[in-house]
Amino acid sequence: MYPILEKQVLSDVTKLIVVKAPQVARKAKAGQFVIVRIDEYGERIPLTVADYDREAGTITLIFQEVGKSTMHLGTLEAGDELATFVGPLGHATEIENYGTVVCVGGGVGIAPIFPIARALKEAGNYVISIIGARNKDLLFWEDRMRAVSDELIVCTDDGSHGRKALVTEPLKELLEERPGEIARVWAIGPGIMMKFVSLTTQPYKVPTIVSLNTIMIDGTGMCGGCRVLLEEGARFVCVDGPEFDAHKVDWDNLLARQQFYREEERLAVERWEHECRLEGVLREGGA
Amino acid sequence: MSDLTQRERMQIPRQEMPAQDPGIRRGNFDEVALGFTEALARREAERCLQCARPECVEGCPVEVLIPQFIRALRDGDMIEAVRVMKVKNGLPAICGRVCPQEVQCEIKCVLAKKGEPVAIGRLERFVGDYELARRTCPLDCCEPSGKKVAIVGSGPAGLTCAVDLGREGHGVTIFESLHAPGGVLTYGIPEFRLPKSVVHGEIDYAVECLGIEIRTDHVIGRTLTLNELLEKFDAVFLGTGAGLPSFLRIPGINYNGVMSANEFLTRVNLMKGYRFPEYDTPVKVGKRVAVVGAGNVAMDAARCSLRLQTLRAQGTGENPGEVHIVYRRSRAEVPARAEEVHHAEEEGVIFDFLTNPVEIFGDEHGNVCGMRCIRMQLGEPDGSGRRRPIPIEGSEFDIEVDTVIFALGTSPNPLVFVDAEGLERTKWGTVVTDQETGRTTKPRVWAGGDVVTGAATVVSAMGAGKRAAADIHRFLMGEASW
Ligand SMILES: Cc1cc2nc3c(=O)[nH]c(=O)nc-3n(C[C@H](O)[C@H](O)[C@H](O)COP(=O)(O)OP(=O)(O)OC[C@H]3O[C@@H](n4cnc5c(N)ncnc54)[C@H](O)[C@@H]3O)c2cc1C
Ligand code: FES
Repeated sequence: MYPILEKQVLSDVTKLIVVKAPQVARKAKAGQFVIVRIDEYGERIPLTVADYDREAGTITLIFQEVGKSTMHLGTLEAGDELATFVGPLGHATEIENYGTVVCVGGGVGIAPIFPIARALKEAGNYVISIIGARNKDLLFWEDRMRAVSDELIVCTDDGSHGRKALVTEPLKELLEERPGEIARVWAIGPGIMMKFVSLTTQPYKVPTIVSLNTIMIDGTGMCGGCRVLLEEGARFVCVDGPEFDAHKVDWDNLLARQQFYREEERLAVERWEHECRLEGVLREGGA
Repeated sequence: MSDLTQRERMQIPRQEMPAQDPGIRRGNFDEVALGFTEALARREAERCLQCARPECVEGCPVEVLIPQFIRALRDGDMIEAVRVMKVKNGLPAICGRVCPQEVQCEIKCVLAKKGEPVAIGRLERFVGDYELARRTCPLDCCEPSGKKVAIVGSGPAGLTCAVDLGREGHGVTIFESLHAPGGVLTYGIPEFRLPKSVVHGEIDYAVECLGIEIRTDHVIGRTLTLNELLEKFDAVFLGTGAGLPSFLRIPGINYNGVMSANEFLTRVNLMKGYRFPEYDTPVKVGKRVAVVGAGNVAMDAARCSLRLQTLRAQGTGENPGEVHIVYRRSRAEVPARAEEVHHAEEEGVIFDFLTNPVEIFGDEHGNVCGMRCIRMQLGEPDGSGRRRPIPIEGSEFDIEVDTVIFALGTSPNPLVFVDAEGLERTKWGTVVTDQETGRTTKPRVWAGGDVVTGAATVVSAMGAGKRAAADIHRFLMGEASW
C-alpha cells in the first residue's frame, strides 16, 4: 500500500496528492508517468509525474476529476492509502539545450509540463511558457511556472485571469514574431488542445512534442489498449511514448479512441454520485 | 475394489467429469468443469493398470509420479497422494485444469492404445483441490542457506522456480509488474476455466510455507533493472513470459472495438470487468464479435465474449448476438486444448475455418463496422509441420462485425532487457538459454518459460522453472561454477 502524505485542493476539480513511493521516486524523471489503482475494485489509471522528491521518496500527482476514478481519488485525504502505484513508466523527456523553447500547458496539463519546463531551464534553454485553462479557478501553479520560465503567458478561455485567449493564440504570435527562433515546442493538455497546438506549429515546421493520455491498463506494453496511430503505423503510448512528434499523430483516431468507453464512464459516474449522496444522507441521518 | 484384475480394470469406462450445463454456463463466469467427486475419482483411479514402466510420466514435462499418486488415491490414502504429487508438482490444482493432457501424459497411457486413457488430469485436479481445501502437506524447507535469489515474473515459470529454491532454504524474492501474482494464470485464463481462488490459494499456500516474498508493482527495466538486481542478489531468474500482443498488419486495426486478446482478457480477468460497474474497469463487446486465431487464448476470448453478450441480453431482453472464431487453417490444425474447443462449441461459438481477415472497416465515429476476409486453402506442410494456408485469389468477402479481438500469439516483452547488456536474444526476441540448465549468456542470470520458448504451456514453463532452480541451487552451493 502507498500512503498519501499530503493533499491540496488546487481548484474545485483539480487536486494534488503527494504519495510515498520511494522505489518510484528514486528513478522518476520529467515526462514519465505512474499507474495508480485506488483499491481492490479500482481501475488502473495513468497519471503523469508532476514532481518528485528522491530524498523524501515521494511523487506528486495532480489530477482533474473527470470520471469516476479521479472523482474517487479526489475524496482521499492524507493518511489514506493507494492499492497500486507503479512506475516510473514510459520514456523521460529528452532534455538538451535547444535554445529557445516553448512549453504549453493546458488545464491539468500544467502539472506535467512543469517538471519539463524546469528541466529545460536547468539545461540552459530560454523557456517561454504558456499556460491556460477554461477559467481562473482551473488555473494553478502560476508561481511555480513563472519561477522556471524566462517568459510566462497566462490565458483563460473566458478572460477571468490573464489574457482572454486559447493557448494557441499567443503560440501563433510567438511563431510569427520570432521567426526561426523557436527550436522546439512541448504541449500537454486535453487531446483537442494538443491537436490544435500541432496544427499551429506545423506550418512553421517547429518540432512539437506532445505527451499523449490514452486509455491504459498495464502501462508496460502488454495490452495494446493505449495504441496511437502515427504516420509510420501503430505505437504503444505506454512504452514507445508517452511523448511523440505531434505532427505525426493521427489526432482524429486518438480523439475517437478516447471516447470508446464514454457510455460506461457515464454510468460509473452516476453510480458514484448516487453512492456519495447516499453516504451523505446516512451520515447526516446518523449525526 | 482394490483387488480387481487387469481385465476388470480395463472394463471400467472413463469417468466423465460433471460440468455446468452449456445453456446455463454461457450466462455466468463460474467454473465450467466441476471436478470429480471422491467416488468418481476412486472409480477412475481403479482404471490405472500401474504399469511397471509408465510411459505417462515421460509425457509429463515435470515428471509427476503418476502411477504412485493414482495408487495412493485408489487406496484412499489422500495424504500420501498429495505428498507424492508435491514431490514434482507444486501447483496441481492449476495443472489439473489447464494442462493439455491429451497430448502429454494421457496420450502415452497404455489404455489410450485400445480405448480411452486414464483421466490423469482430472485426478490431478482432484488431488490438488483436496489439498487446497485441507492443506495436509505444507511444503517444508531446509535450513536457510543465506543466499538470495531474485525471480522476475510470477507466472508458472517464476513460481515453480521460487518454490523449488525456497525448499532448498534460499531467500527468494519475486518481482512482478502487475498488482497481482500469477502471470497468465491471473490475467489471461478466465475464472470459468481456472478460478482465481484456486490460483491465489496455490500461490499463497506455497509462499506462506516457504517464506517467499512477492513484490508486486515492480516493473523490472523501469522500477529496478536487471543489473541492479544482480548487485543485490546472488542469482536472478527471468520468467517474464511472452506478454506482448501482436496485431495483423492490415488496414483498420486502430478503430474502436478492435483489441488484442490480452487487453480484452486483462479487462475481464485481472480487472474483473465482467462485474462492472461493481468493479471500475469497463469491458464491452458488441453483437457480432470476431475472434481471430484458434489457440487457447482465442477460445478464452470467444467464451468470455459470449458470456458478456449473454449477461447483457439477460438485462435488456435483446438477442445476445454471435461470436465467431476466424481461423486461417482448418479444424485439424486448431492448437487449443481439445476440451476448450469442445466447450466453446457447446456454448455456441461459431467457427469460420480457412478464413483470414485482410481489412477492417470503420464508420464515421471511428468504430469498427465490418471486416473483409479471404478464403484459404491448405498447401504443403511448412516448417512447423502444419499445412501452410494459402489465400484463394478473388475469394474476398465482407462480414459485419462490431468487435474484433486479435488472439494471434505473443512475444516476450522487451522492457526487462533494459540495462541488461550481454543477455543474448534470438531474432524473435526470446532469450537464448542452455536447454538443460536455463542459463542465459549473462552470468548469474537464468531464464525459462514463455520468455525463452515463446507462447507455450503452463506446465512447460513449470518444467523450465524447475530445471533452472536445480542449476541455480548447484551454483549457489558451489557445486557448479558459472
Ligand atoms: C488466455 C491464455 C490462455 C492459456 N491457456 C492455457 C492452457 O489452457 N493450458 C496451458 O498449458 N497453457 C495455456 N496458456 C499458456 C500459458 O499460460 C503460458 O505458457 C504460461 O503462463 C507461461 O508461463 P510463464 O511463467 O513463462 O509466463 P507468464 O505466465 O506470462 O508470467 C510472466 C509474468 O511476468 C511478469 N512480467 C513481465 N515482464 C516483467 C517485468 N519487466 N518485470 C516484472 N514482471 C514482469 C508478467 O506480468 C507476468 O505476471 C494460455 C495463455 C493465455 C494468454
Ligand atoms: S497500457 Fe497496455 S500496452 Fe500500453
